[in-house]
Amino acid sequence: MTDLPQLLARFGAGDALSASRAMSVIERGGDEAESLLDAIYGKTGRAWRIAFTGPGGAGKSSLVDRVIEKERARNRTIGIVAEDPSSPFSGGAILGDRVRMAHAQGDAGVFVRSLASRGSETGLSALAGELADVMDAFGRDVVILESMGVGQVETRVRYMADTVVVVLTPEAGDDVQTMKSGLLEVADVLVVNKSDRPGADALAADLTAVIGLRTSTKDPWAPPVVQTSATEGRGIDALDAALAGHRAHLDEKGRRAARRREALRERVRLLVEERVREDLWRDPTRAARFDGILEAVVGGRTSPYQAARELALP
Amino acid sequence: MNRPIKVLIAKPGLDGHDRGAKVIANALRDAGMEVVYTGLHQTPEMVVDAALQEDVDLVSVSILSGAHMTLLPRVRELMNTRGLADVKLIAGGIIPDADAEALKKLPGIAGIFGPGTSTQDVVKFIQSLFTHRK
Repeated sequence: MTDLPQLLARFGAGDALSASRAMSVIERGGDEAESLLDAIYGKTGRAWRIAFTGPGGAGKSSLVDRVIEKERARNRTIGIVAEDPSSPFSGGAILGDRVRMAHAQGDAGVFVRSLASRGSETGLSALAGELADVMDAFGRDVVILESMGVGQVETRVRYMADTVVVVLTPEAGDDVQTMKSGLLEVADVLVVNKSDRPGADALAADLTAVIGLRTSTKDPWAPPVVQTSATEGRGIDALDAALAGHRAHLDEKGRRAARRREALRERVRLLVEERVREDLWRDPTRAARFDGILEAVVGGRTSPYQAARELALP
Repeated sequence: MNRPIKVLIAKPGLDGHDRGAKVIANALRDAGMEVVYTGLHQTPEMVVDAALQEDVDLVSVSILSGAHMTLLPRVRELMNTRGLADVKLIAGGIIPDADAEALKKLPGIAGIFGPGTSTQDVVKFIQSLFTHRK
């Protein structure tokens, strides 16, 4: 058991070890994790949250490193939550995002936490969002969430951040058409990284054209398409300007608050569903009825839908 | 709920070879551990910063440069002063037997693994340090 009041007191005083231990409490889950999240929630909401997502190997960590450099030059403190996949076979994981984040080293203004996905099927797990809450409550000005490599249909990320950066490489060219629905729809900034490689200009042009076809007028923001080469340091000023542009856009007309409201609605909805699902199967009478009704389904006397209607009743 | 054993694999000092570190990292991953790898040329301060931010259960340093007699006690000392006295520390690399014996006698150094160690020995050793969590 953790001494939560003591941990929270040190956390509130800005102790980095306590922030780290608080994240571990949340990782372990259960009642302690919920108490801690309850206690810090009032301190969240101040940080600018940026999510970096896109296919594996696109250069997300290297770009994050460039953003760290830019934001630290402005004296903004940074928290980073970087998620990598767990092996479905062993449950283990290699968390290697730190290797690319040279500007995070030796600077107390940058706090990096690596996280294994542990069976989560989205690029950023709910746990990643909760660790971002800790970084936010710890007083970090900018919180960057780096997803594991994702495919075309990742869209939940828009509920995790104020600004979503989708990172692609010239090799992704052929996929752009299929990406029209999915990853591209949630992008606030589109990056073509590794733009020193052939095909980068064509991909950037394709992306710009696809975005031009958007018909939704709900948000007048047109995601800029930025070409970068993270390792060579090219295009970083343009990326920085695109991020600042979206930040300024959010600052107008209450857009940030509206976006967060939508995200919170989704988050609470998911938490309720999770709770109801757990309670549902914890009910001993339902568990007892299940086997009998299943036999009727197997025997062809009851359809799966009839069975579900009966079992859903208390 | 417990999370898997979380390990930091670090390469302090100036040597530029991390094949051994990567082999160990893969073996630990395959044994179900979560392994944070930080890359080459870390100072002891950087290693301990990473251990603190990641809240690992164990730090495993790989040293091939011959500087183990200074680097390893330095990492341990910094871990203790930063509040990580409860985090385990082991080392691997090119460490002569006599040095290994001397290092093993230092408080807070749980194990030393020289050339020829099988990865499974390292896995079993680490698991034995955390049997109480299972």
